[in-house]
Amino acid sequence: MANASGGTLRYQGTDSGSVKHEQGLLKRLLRSEALFPWLLIAPAAFYLVLVVAWPLAETIRLSFTNANIGGEAYIGTANYEKLFGSRKFSQTISTTFYWMFLSVSLKVILGLIGATLLNAAIPGRGLFRMLVMPPWIVPVAIGCFGWLWLYNGHFGIISGTLQYIGILDGPFEFLAYKKSAFYAAVVTDVWVGVPMVTIFFLAAMQGVPRDLYEAAYMDGASRWYRFRRITIPQILPVIITMSILTVIWTFNSFEIIWILTEGGPRRATTTLIIDTYKMAIANFKFGQGAARTVIVVSLLSTFSLVYLFALHQIKKRFEAT
Amino acid sequence: MMDRYSLPHKILLYFCVTVFLVFILLPFFEMFMASLRPLEHLFRSPYQFWSDDFSFIAYAQIWETVPLLPRYIANSMFISLSVTVLALLFIIPAAYAYARYDFKGKSISLGIFLAVNMFSGAVLLIPLYKLLRGYGLLNTYFAMIIPGAAFLIPMGIWLLKSYLEKIPRELEEAAFMDGASRLYTLRRVVLPLAVPGLIVVGVAVFLSAYAQQFLFAITFNSIKEYMPLPAGILEFIGYESIKWNQMMAASIIGILPVLIIFLFLQRYLVAGLTAGALKE
Repeated sequence: MANASGGTLRYQGTDSGSVKHEQGLLKRLLRSEALFPWLLIAPAAFYLVLVVAWPLAETIRLSFTNANIGGEAYIGTANYEKLFGSRKFSQTISTTFYWMFLSVSLKVILGLIGATLLNAAIPGRGLFRMLVMPPWIVPVAIGCFGWLWLYNGHFGIISGTLQYIGILDGPFEFLAYKKSAFYAAVVTDVWVGVPMVTIFFLAAMQGVPRDLYEAAYMDGASRWYRFRRITIPQILPVIITMSILTVIWTFNSFEIIWILTEGGPRRATTTLIIDTYKMAIANFKFGQGAARTVIVVSLLSTFSLVYLFALHQIKKRFEAT
Repeated sequence: MMDRYSLPHKILLYFCVTVFLVFILLPFFEMFMASLRPLEHLFRSPYQFWSDDFSFIAYAQIWETVPLLPRYIANSMFISLSVTVLALLFIIPAAYAYARYDFKGKSISLGIFLAVNMFSGAVLLIPLYKLLRGYGLLNTYFAMIIPGAAFLIPMGIWLLKSYLEKIPRELEEAAFMDGASRLYTLRRVVLPLAVPGLIVVGVAVFLSAYAQQFLFAITFNSIKEYMPLPAGILEFIGYESIKWNQMMAASIIGILPVLIIFLFLQRYLVAGLTAGALKE
């Protein structure tokens, strides 16, 4: 391998320019200061173009066709017209946003509470921090199998406990009714998402300089006051970042709903992602599915732009002070 | 002084922590309890909190109910490992470039990489389906490995980059002085020093790959013999009834390896994952 460097040729990470040996294109590329990093990035970039970018472009093209398992033909904007004309679709959109609103706010609020609890100086907190994490690292699908059992009306613990306390007077199938199925799916989604949010908030809280708290404590500030006036402003960048990332992930959430309800009962849990999947993969209507994907992608891009804008604002504000 | 809590405060704190942890751990607890009960006992209504005949028999029965179960477990491991190796091959050079070189378009290209994180596999299923079908890769291991790796590469680049940035540059400069080529330096100087970081990134990629198999498996693969465990567990759901105790036993077996890996490496994993994200 040492030979690949061209014998005893010396250089210090810069182009020596005085290379007189006959060299192949690859070797010259390896020596060029400007191109070398690109050469290192190229494989990853190529892979993602092939598996992500190209499929994305292909989706846009497909959305103007009636592609299905048999073949495809150009049909203009018919797919989109059909979508925006349908009442089902506007229902799907409102389900999606209600789903996101509930799930994201619960994740952020519970994450803040959880992080505050785990940050408190009490014996056992190391253990507690560890015990929060399993839903994050365990395969989502398997976690959902557990919830499937919990939500079971006749034999599950939730229905059982509620009957025992007397809130329910008979078995209740949580996943069989529109409202309860929707909220059940939200709870499971929060369960999957909250550990990560908690751990990130906790890490941010641990980064807040201690003397800020000590100074406030000396001045007689209460815990609640210190939380409001020191913790929250100090970790605000992380709260904003995590909120927007959570919006994106919640929007993309597929497995949870699919395993619990497959979008039912009567479309109560059919979010945009589920609708797309049903249309494209279950019914092989690639064209109509692709039109939905394009809408999904434009929404996601909007969220990301908001994210980048927020990051920029945060940077500006925090570098100024 | 500041961190002292009065007794009522302490009680309140522990109470809240308990409620929080019950929410987090209840599914696992119930999964385990259900796996210990005989099926007839599970199907008693009203719900009974305690059983009088707990046993591990479900853990023996699962292999008979779903004979392919060992195969599913092996598939899961094989797919996750392949995704990890494949992803690392692409992650390492790119992360090194971002950690060490300043070049035109650096932050933009990094931003584009990270933008991939926006999409879950679910968004791109249609064209991926057509792509894989076009190359005849549907219903093969590749159908689960190739898309799986793509969505983990950006995360891996980001994590490894922040680790590599901590390795002092002087060692590489010394290697250059001795006439080593850049690739040689990367292989023989940087990578050995980066082993702890590589392990953290590798484990993070492996865990994510293990966690995300379900979607690609049910979408791109219909051959039983290639199914990973999370999809294979669905076989416990029969036409007439679900063998809940066995399904939960298989689920416990499915999450056990992840929990064990996590138990040993949690400190490094959490530090690695949060360090990368909080620096922004």
